[in-house]
Amino acid sequence: MIPRLKFITLISAFSLVATPSLAQGIDESINQLFANLTGPFVSFIFSPFPGTDFPWIVMWLVVAASVFTLYFGFIQFRAFMHSISLVKGDYSDPDDAGEVSHFQALATALSGTVGLGNIAGVAVAVSIGGPGATFWMILAGLLGMASKFTECTLGVKFRNEYADGTVSGGPMYYITKGFDARGLPAGKILAVLFAIFCILGALGGGNMFQANQAHQQITNVFGDYPGVYTGIIFAVIVFAVIVGGVKSIASVTEKVVPFMGVLYVGVAFIILLMNFDKIGWAFGQIFAGAFTGLGIAGGMVGALIQGFKRAAFSNEAGVGSAAIAHSAVKTKEPITEGFVSLLEPFIDTVVICTMTALVIIITGQLISDPQTGLYLLNEGGSTIQTVDGNTGVALTSAAFSSAFGWFKYVLAIAVILFAFSTMISWSYYGLKAWTFLFGEGKGKELVFKIIFCIFVVIGAAASLGPVIDFSDAAIFAMAVVNITALYFLMPIVKEELRSYTSRLKSGEIKKFN
Amino acid sequence: MSDIYLVGYDGSDAANRALDFAISNSKNSGAPIILTHVLEWSPYKFLTPMELEERHKRRREELQRADEVIIQPVLTRLKEAGIEASAVVRYGHIAELIAAIAEETHASQIFIGRDGENGLSARVFGSVAGTLVQIAPVPCTIVP
Repeated sequence: MIPRLKFITLISAFSLVATPSLAQGIDESINQLFANLTGPFVSFIFSPFPGTDFPWIVMWLVVAASVFTLYFGFIQFRAFMHSISLVKGDYSDPDDAGEVSHFQALATALSGTVGLGNIAGVAVAVSIGGPGATFWMILAGLLGMASKFTECTLGVKFRNEYADGTVSGGPMYYITKGFDARGLPAGKILAVLFAIFCILGALGGGNMFQANQAHQQITNVFGDYPGVYTGIIFAVIVFAVIVGGVKSIASVTEKVVPFMGVLYVGVAFIILLMNFDKIGWAFGQIFAGAFTGLGIAGGMVGALIQGFKRAAFSNEAGVGSAAIAHSAVKTKEPITEGFVSLLEPFIDTVVICTMTALVIIITGQLISDPQTGLYLLNEGGSTIQTVDGNTGVALTSAAFSSAFGWFKYVLAIAVILFAFSTMISWSYYGLKAWTFLFGEGKGKELVFKIIFCIFVVIGAAASLGPVIDFSDAAIFAMAVVNITALYFLMPIVKEELRSYTSRLKSGEIKKFN
Repeated sequence: MSDIYLVGYDGSDAANRALDFAISNSKNSGAPIILTHVLEWSPYKFLTPMELEERHKRRREELQRADEVIIQPVLTRLKEAGIEASAVVRYGHIAELIAAIAEETHASQIFIGRDGENGLSARVFGSVAGTLVQIAPVPCTIVP
C-alpha cells in the first residue's frame, strides 16, 4: 500500500513540476510565501537592543553560557578528561553491556548537531563577520559546553522510563518534572512553549536549512536546476525512513557520517598543513578581526554576533535538543551524561567549525584591500567580497577545491549525508515534541512526519536568506525557553555534581577499567 | 570439583555439535557444564535516536528470547542427562567475552563449534573459533 502511494505521489509531483519554468516559478512563489509568513517571527527574535545593532538573543545565549560556566566553576575544563574517560567506558558496569553506552548517546547527539551548520553556516558567518567571527565562535563553543552540561544532566535526571522499557527525555520532561520538584509554577506552560518551538526548530534548522544547502552544493557540482526537484527526492527518502521504517538507510547514514566527519576534518587539516606558512597570518587575521572587525559591517560587534550565532546554531548548546538524545543512556548518575555531553560543543564547534573557518581564511577566499588590510565589502555592504562571489556551502566548497579540485564531489556526498543524518535526528526531536503536545498514536505521528517531509521540499526550493533566518529564529526560540528553565533548575544540577564528586573522591563510584 | 566445561552456544548446528561433544566428555569426567551465550554488541556501534529510545526495551526482549528459545531447552536437556549445568548470557564481543567468562568461572576447557565457513572469509573477517584459539586462557576444543 505505502510503496504504491509513494509512487503515485511522486509521479504527480513530477508531472506538476515537469516544465522547468513552472518549477522555477514554484520555487519563487514558495520562497516569497515563506519569507512573508516567517518575517514577523524572525524580526522579533533578532530585534536589536534599542539604539544598537546587537540582537538581544545573542546576549541571552552568551550570558547564559557564561553564567553556567561560572556557576559550575569552569566545569568544561575541569571535567574534560573525566568526560573522555566516561566515553571510553572506564566507569561503565560490565553488567550494563547491551544498554545504551555513553559513546552511543554522544555519537547520536553529535550526528544531529554536525550538519550543514558546520560547513555552510560557518561560511555565512565568516563572509558576514570576517575571520574575527572565528574567534567568537570558538569562545562561544567553549562557553556553550557548560550549557550542554546542565541540560543533559537534567535530561537524564527527569526522564520518563516506561513499563515497556522505552525511555523519553528532554526539556519537555525536565521542565515539567523539574519545576514540580522545585515547587515552581508554570512548568507545564513553559514545556508546551518549548515543544512548539522545538517543532518549528525541527522544521527549520533540522530540515529546511539542511535540504537547502544540500541542494546548493549539488547545483554547485552538477549545474543549476530548481530546488523543488531535490526537495522531492529528499522528501521521498526521508519519508521512507521515518514513516516506512526503512532502517537500512538510517543505519548506513549513521555509520558513514562519522567516517565523513573524520575525512572532512582530515582534509581540512591537510590543507592547513599545505599552507602552514600562512597559518600565522590566518590566526593574526582572526585575532585582529575579532577586536577590530577589519572592515566588516558592524566592526567587532558584527564579528561577535556572527560568531556567537553560528556557534549556537551549530552546537545547539542551550537549545535542549541534545538532552533528548542523551536521556536514553544507561546510568545511575545523571551527571555523567552531563560530563559526556560537554564534549559535543567542543567537537562540533571548536574542532569542526574552526576547521571550516580556517580553510576558508587560509585559502584566501575573502578579498581584502592589500593596502589597508581591510576586507572589501560587496555592493550591499553587508558581506565581504569573496572569490567568485560565493556564499554558504559554495564558499566552503570553493575553499576546499582550491587545494583539492576533486573535493567538491566529496563535499557534495558529505553534505547530503550530513543533511540526512541531521534531518533524521531532528525529525525524531520534533516528533517527541509533537507527541508531547498531542499525545502518542500512529495517526498523530504520521501527521507530523508528513508535515516534516513537505518542509524538506520547501527548504530545498526556497533561497538561503529566508531559510537561514527562520531556522536560526526557531532554534533560538527554543533556547529562550530552555535557558529560562535551566536558570531555575541549575541548583539541582549543582547538587548532583557535588554528590557525584564526593562519591568519586571517596571511591564509592567504581572504575571498571 | 576439578574440571569445568564452558560451552560457547548460539543455537546453531555447529554449537550443537560442540555441545554434544562436551556432553559425551562430561559423561566420562563428571564435569559440570556452563553454557554461555554471547549477544554480539559493541558500545561503539552507532544508533539512530529511535534505536536509542528503544534500546533498553530491546535488550530486555533479546535477553528473554535468548533465555526461552536458546538456553532453557538446553539446560533442560542437560539436566535430564544428569549433568550439572548452568548458563551465562552476556553482551559484547563474542570471542573476548567467552575468554573472560572462562577465567571468571575457572573453566578448565572451552568447547566451541566451527562453522566450516570458507577459509578465505574466515581469514579476512575472522571467525569466533579462530580468535578464541588465539586469546583463550584455557585449552580450547574446536568441534568441526
